[in-house]
Amino acid sequence: MLVPSLKVQDLIEEIRGAKTQAQEREVIQKECAHIRASFRDGDPLHRHRQLAKLLYVHMLGYPAHFGQMECLKLIASPRFTDKRVGYLGAMLLLDERQDAHLLITNSIKNDLSQGTQAVQGLALCTLSTMGSAEMCRDLATEVEKLLLQPSPYVRKKAVLTAVHMIRKVPELSTIFLPPCAQLLHERHHGILLGTITLIMELCERSPAALKHFRKVVPQLVQILRTLLTTGYSTEHSISGVSDPFLQVQILRLLRILGRNHEESSETMNDLLAQVLAVNILGRFLLNSDKNIRYVALTSLLRLVQSDHSAVQRHRPTVVECLQEPDTSLSRRALELSLALVNSSNVRAMTQELQGFLQSCPTDLRADCASGILLAAERYAPTKRWHIDTILRVLTTAGAHVRDDAVANLTQLIGGAQELHAYSVRRLYCALAEDISQQPLVQVAAWCIGEYGDLLLEGSCEEIEPLQVEEEEVLALLERVLQSHMSLPATRGYALTALMKLSTRLRGDNNRIRQVVSIYGSCLDVELQQRAVEYDTLFRKYDHMRAAILEKMPLVERGGPQVDEEAKESKEEARLLEAAPVPTEPQASKLLDLLDLLDGPSEDAQHPRPLDPSPGGALVHLLDLPCAPPPAAPIPNLKVFEREGLQLSLSFVRPPETPALLLITVTATNTSGGDVTHFICQAAVPKFPAAATGPQWGHSSSSGWPSDDPAPQNPQS
Amino acid sequence: MGLREPEEIQQQIVRETFHLVLKRDDNICNFLEGGSLIGGSDYKLIYRHYATLYFVFCVDSSESELGILDLIQVFVETLDKCFENVCELDLIFHMDKVHYILQEVVMGGMVLETNMNEIVAQMEAQNRLEKSEGGLSAAPARAVSAVKNINLPEIPRNINIGDLNIKVPNLSQFV
Repeated sequence: MLVPSLKVQDLIEEIRGAKTQAQEREVIQKECAHIRASFRDGDPLHRHRQLAKLLYVHMLGYPAHFGQMECLKLIASPRFTDKRVGYLGAMLLLDERQDAHLLITNSIKNDLSQGTQAVQGLALCTLSTMGSAEMCRDLATEVEKLLLQPSPYVRKKAVLTAVHMIRKVPELSTIFLPPCAQLLHERHHGILLGTITLIMELCERSPAALKHFRKVVPQLVQILRTLLTTGYSTEHSISGVSDPFLQVQILRLLRILGRNHEESSETMNDLLAQVLAVNILGRFLLNSDKNIRYVALTSLLRLVQSDHSAVQRHRPTVVECLQEPDTSLSRRALELSLALVNSSNVRAMTQELQGFLQSCPTDLRADCASGILLAAERYAPTKRWHIDTILRVLTTAGAHVRDDAVANLTQLIGGAQELHAYSVRRLYCALAEDISQQPLVQVAAWCIGEYGDLLLEGSCEEIEPLQVEEEEVLALLERVLQSHMSLPATRGYALTALMKLSTRLRGDNNRIRQVVSIYGSCLDVELQQRAVEYDTLFRKYDHMRAAILEKMPLVERGGPQVDEEAKESKEEARLLEAAPVPTEPQASKLLDLLDLLDGPSEDAQHPRPLDPSPGGALVHLLDLPCAPPPAAPIPNLKVFEREGLQLSLSFVRPPETPALLLITVTATNTSGGDVTHFICQAAVPKFPAAATGPQWGHSSSSGWPSDDPAPQNPQS
Repeated sequence: MGLREPEEIQQQIVRETFHLVLKRDDNICNFLEGGSLIGGSDYKLIYRHYATLYFVFCVDSSESELGILDLIQVFVETLDKCFENVCELDLIFHMDKVHYILQEVVMGGMVLETNMNEIVAQMEAQNRLEKSEGGLSAAPARAVSAVKNINLPEIPRNINIGDLNIKVPNLSQFV
C-alpha cells in the first residue's frame, strides 16, 4: 500500500523539528527520495504537492534539478492549481542555461491565447522573469495582442512583459512602440505605470523613439498635474501622497524627454517648480530622518561633479555628518567631504578628516587615510604641512595606509632639504612613542639612518630643542629590530639605518658592529644577507664604508622604486661632509671609484677593474639608475709616471649626450730614449656601457718606432 | 534578472545579507551597500525591520531608495491583509503564497501594482479557484486514485460452505 505523501505543511514541520543540520539533511533526503519516486511513477494528482515541497526544500539550499521536467508537466495541465505551482517552479528552477526552458514556450503560447485571466497572468509573469531571447521572439505577437485586451489586469502585466522582451530582443521595439500612445490614455494606474516604464525603455534605446515621444509631454504633464491636485485615486496614496510611484516614473520620463530640448522643457517648467525643491538639498541634510539624510548625501555626491560650487555651500553640514554613528551615512559623508576638498579649504578639511580618522570605524579607515593623503598631495600649501599631515596619518592609522605611502613620504622628505632636521626629529619622537605602526616605523628608520647627524645636533628652529643621546638612538633602532611586531621589511630598514649611523655618529661603532654580527646568523635570509654584507664592510672594506654609506641623492618621482638597501656613493676624491650632494654624473662614479686606488703608485698600465666583491654592495651601487644630472667638468688626471713615460686621462662630456663620457688616454714619452713595444690595453668593467673607439692618434716627442703595433682592445 | 546564480552562491548571498542586516542598529538608515557577493557598487540592499522580520530588497542604482522603502511597506501591508494579521509562521508555512503575492507587486524586476485592494482581490479570486479544483470537481479523480491503492485481500477461487460450491468469477484488476 502506498503511503500517502506528506502534505507540504507536514514536511515543513518535520524539517523545523530537526535539531541538527545532519538531522535536517536526513529528513530532506528521505523526502526527496519519495518525491523522486513519485515523479517516476507519474502520479498526476499529487504532482503539484510534490513540487511545492521540492520548492521549499530548494529554498533551503538543497538541489532540486530533478523537478524541472515536472514543472513542464504541471504547466501543461488544465488545472489552475497545477499551473500555479508549475509556473512558480519554472521561475525558480529553470533559466536560459538549461535546454529544458524552451519546452515551456508552447504551453505559454497556449495559455496566453486561450487561458483565463489568472492563467494569462501566470504565463506573462513567468515570461518576464525567465524568458530567454528565443522565447521572446516566439511569443512577441501573443503579448502584443494582450496589450489591447479589455482586462486591465492582463494588460498591465503584458506591458511590463513587453519591457522585458525589448531588453532581451531590442528589435521588438518596433512592435511595442505603436500601442503606447493609446495606453497612455488609460486611467488604470497599473497600466499607466507600466506604459511609462515601457516608453522610457524605448526612448533609451532609440533616438528616433525619443523624438516620437516628445509629443506626449503635454499629456504626461496633465497626468502629473491631476495626481498632484485632485488626488487621482485615494487607493494609491502612501503617506498622503497620491501614487508616488507613478509620479516618480512620470518625472523620470519627463527628464529623459526634456533633456536638451527647449520646447519640452518649457512645457514642463512651471509644473516642476511646484513639485521640486531644487535648492533645499541642504535642508534635507538636517532632517531628522536618517533615510532622508542618506538620500540627500547621495544626491549631493552626484551633483558635486557637475556643480561644485553649489555643493560647497553645504560643506559645514556635510562635515558634521561625519560624526554620524550610522556607518552608511558616515561613509557617504566621507566620500562627499573628500570630493569637496580644494586648495582654499584644504587645511580646515584635513583637520576635520584627521579627526574623523581617529574615531572612524575600521572599514572606513583605509579609504579615509588614502583620501587624506591624496588631498594633501594635490593641495598641500607647504612642504612642511605636507610632511606633518602624512606623519599624522601614519601615526593615527598606520596599519591602513597603502603600500606606496612609505615611498612617497621618503621621497618627499628627501627632496625637502631644509626640512631634514625637522622631519628626523619629529619622526624620532613619534617612533619613540610607538613602534607598532609599520609604515611609520619604516619611514622613521630611514630618516634616522639618513639624517642621524642632524638629530644629534640638538637645535632646530621649528620645534622645541631636543636632546638626544647617541645611545638612545641606537637603543631605539635595536628595539625595532627585536620587536615581534616588526615586519621583515621593517627590520631591514632598521638594520640599514643602524649601519648608516656608523658613519654619522661620533662615538665608536662597537655597539653597531655587535648588532650587525649577531644578525649574521639570523633565521630570516634577507636580514642575514644584509648583516653579513655590513659585517664584511666593517671588517674588510672599512675604508670604503663612509663612501658607501653616504647620503642618498634625490630619486626621481615615478622612477623605479629606490631599493633602500642600495647605497649610492657619490663622492669626490675625498670623503665628505654630511650635506647631501644631490647630483653627480654616474659615469664619473666609475672613475671616482677607480680613484680609490691610491693614485699612480698602483699597478701600471691599465686601471684595475673594479673589485665587485664586498658583499655585492658595490655591484648594487652601479646598478642603480640615477637621475641624469647636470655635468660637472672633470679635471685631467695623471695616472702614471715612471722613467719618462707619462699616462694621463682627460675627460670630455659631449653636450648633446650628457650620459656619455669620452676618456682619452694620452701617453707621453719624456725620456730620452725610444719606447718600444708599447701596448695599450683598456680593461673596462662590465657595468657601464663603454666603447673604445679606434681613434688612436699618437704624438711623439721623441719618437715612437715606426712599427708600433696596432692597438689591441681586449674587452673584458 | 536573466541568469540565476547557482544554488550554493544563492545560499551564500542569503547568509551574507543576513549577517550584514542583522548588525544594523535600529536608529540608523535603511540602506546598505551590497555585500561582496552581490555584484559590486551598482547594487544596494534596502531593508525594513518589522518585529522579528527583516524584508530586504536588492536593487540597482536606477531605483529610488525612498521609493523602495514605500514598496516594502505596500508589500507587507498586502501580506497582512491576505493572511489576516500576518506573522512569521504564515510566511514559513505558506511560502508559495508569499511568492504569488509578490508576483502581483513586482514583475520582471519592475514595479507592477501598488494598489493593495486590487492585489488582495486578485489573490482571493485565485485562492477560490484553487479551492474549487480541490473540492467536488476533483472527486472522480480522487476515487480512482483511492481504489488503485486499496490493498485487496486475497480472494478465494472457490467458496465451499457445506454442499454449496460457489465459483468466484475472475475479477479483473482495477486499472
